[in-house]
Amino acid sequence: MITDWTLWLEWFIKALVIIFALLIGFAYLTYYERRALARMQTRIGPNRAGPYGLLQPIADAIKLIFKEELSPAKAYKFVFFLSPILTLLPSIVIGAVIPWGATVHWFGRDINLYLADINVAVLFFAAIASVSVYGIVLAGWSSNSKYAMLGAMRSTAQMISYEVALGISLTPVILLANSMSMREIVEAQRSMWFVVYQPLGALIFWIATLAEVNRAPFDMPEAEQELTAGYHAEYSGMKFALFFMAEYQKMIIVSAILAVFFFGGYLGPGEAQYPILGPVYMFAKIMILLFVMIWVRATWPRIRYDRLMSFGWKILLPASLATVFLTAVGILMFDVAKNALWMWFIPVSSMLVFAICVIGVYQALRRLTYERV
Amino acid sequence: MSVFEPAVELVRGLWVTFKMMFEKPVTYQYPEEKREVRKRFRGRHELHRYENGLEKCIGCALCAAACPADAIFVEAAENTDEKRFSPGERYASTYEINMLRCIYCGYCEDACPTEALTLGDNYELSFYDRNSAIYTKEMLLDPAPVTSKLTPQKVEPGAFNRSVPEMENPKD
Amino acid sequence: MTLDLALFLVLACIAVASALGMLLSRNTVYAALYLVLNFITVAIFYLLLGAPFIAMAQITVYTGAIMVLFLFVIMLLGAENLPAPNALPWQKPLAIALAAALFAEAAYLLIVKARSLGDVLPPAEAINATENLRQLGVALFQNYLLPFEIVSILLLVAMIGAITLTKKEKGARNG
Repeated sequence: MITDWTLWLEWFIKALVIIFALLIGFAYLTYYERRALARMQTRIGPNRAGPYGLLQPIADAIKLIFKEELSPAKAYKFVFFLSPILTLLPSIVIGAVIPWGATVHWFGRDINLYLADINVAVLFFAAIASVSVYGIVLAGWSSNSKYAMLGAMRSTAQMISYEVALGISLTPVILLANSMSMREIVEAQRSMWFVVYQPLGALIFWIATLAEVNRAPFDMPEAEQELTAGYHAEYSGMKFALFFMAEYQKMIIVSAILAVFFFGGYLGPGEAQYPILGPVYMFAKIMILLFVMIWVRATWPRIRYDRLMSFGWKILLPASLATVFLTAVGILMFDVAKNALWMWFIPVSSMLVFAICVIGVYQALRRLTYERV
Repeated sequence: MSVFEPAVELVRGLWVTFKMMFEKPVTYQYPEEKREVRKRFRGRHELHRYENGLEKCIGCALCAAACPADAIFVEAAENTDEKRFSPGERYASTYEINMLRCIYCGYCEDACPTEALTLGDNYELSFYDRNSAIYTKEMLLDPAPVTSKLTPQKVEPGAFNRSVPEMENPKD
Repeated sequence: MTLDLALFLVLACIAVASALGMLLSRNTVYAALYLVLNFITVAIFYLLLGAPFIAMAQITVYTGAIMVLFLFVIMLLGAENLPAPNALPWQKPLAIALAAALFAEAAYLLIVKARSLGDVLPPAEAINATENLRQLGVALFQNYLLPFEIVSILLLVAMIGAITLTKKEKGARNG
């Protein structure tokens, strides 16, 4: 039992800071996305509310709060009410295990710049991420509407499929860091970022998270043109805002996790002397990764549903299994031969495997098209 | 056709959108910065005057007849030399266009025998209720030229008996 | 210790209530949700016992994957609402009698044959420590490698069987 009340206070303040950072981050991520997308389409984006349009998210929030809440007559009211909350919670909960920085010395005490450093943090992430499907499924079901239902179906199938690749692509990280604690994973990258050792793992993780958060080009569940926004078609007002919030917070969270697992987390030049630089580096890395997500959304068209499924099961899953195997072989060879060169076996061989995978699929698809002709 | 072509194409797509970020945005900051309309743009209607201040519209209601959306309502009244609004016998005592019905086809312009009605450049037609969508003659009529008086005018008899002026063919 | 006990009692009540809710609910989606709640309480039991790895595995595998598939199938079939129970006339008394017999048997064995409750040891700290993951891995992949592989092959066979059963014959006409 912890009796030191200052420690409780510290935890409480840190939890509050993380929650508020996520909520404000969500609001300004919408602004960031709108501005970046606009620039890519040679527009300006929101620039009216406040200087440079910085008050736009607040205006949106006020609008959504005061909007009328509608619920369909034949909806399952309780679940309909519950599912936005169920969607939002996991994305906040994961924020607890992300290390935003190392330890700083403030107010005469050591303050860790993370809320919890649990020893199964990676599994915690996987567990909570897998629970987040429920909100979407139940939203689609309880709306009692065809479009919402179809969206929820697609979303479930997609998330279950990509979760497998996501979970397996975490294994190389655990193998390389020899730990499941996020803090130790970051510390293990002091000499070299894991993205260098396992570029394929990073790529698979990134693709799978895109599918997990239903972002373009995997936004089939929310396809506006065919499903009229999918599972949250029947939601309005603040309930809709919660779904929106969940989606954008998940974007922030998966970018943070990607940064922690493959891009050295809070590490950066000068971080060892001044630990306060840690959150700054983390923020910069998250911003860059978010930009890539927005960039992809602005560029690539939505993938067809059967292609999405076959991509998940036929390319990502075998490739992620291959990364696990090759990483293990590389580490074993390194241990046996005591030669650091063996670590370079991992990226080279995994990229090779991926190339073979891509070639194989390409050939298979080509054969199919010839058959149809 | 290389096997890596799909991957290359994906990256090329990314490059295109990235390049676009550094181009000048095409946005017009609307209320402050208005876009010039084209030469033949069809905006809000304008009723014109002669140089001496008399209205060109003679209340013939051909525009109303030509209007496919039935947006124009014209009521004519008699001119006298004491109170003259337009050349000829009659003038439009009521002239209303319902901007919610108007489709800006420009047939009224073609139908007008005196070139009184044209579709102008103004496209800022917003209103809060349906009643203010009806534009009256006062709103559509051009202001009088500085050199002359407004209508009705008192004129000497017999000077403005011809209602349709001498006209040339349109040039553009 | 008292805090643990209080937590355990609250959780136990939730677990039993959610299990009952699952059994008694006439709406299969609600039943599935009750089961999810039950799985999560079980995961928290594992946490109380100091076994975070198993707790996380429980949530990931059962609530995250299996129950989602259950829900998916329920929704796909549109079988949310069960029809009114249509039991056979002698089914209820038989079920009650069998349950009573089972209960009596279990109670008898527990009282007579099993060791007294004091002998049941909670898992030691060392078993649940992080290092224990390594032990678990060693146990699975070295000591019990053959059974592990056999189980995986069994699962693979089941999977292939399911695919074969649902797959259409080559050249067979659609539906």
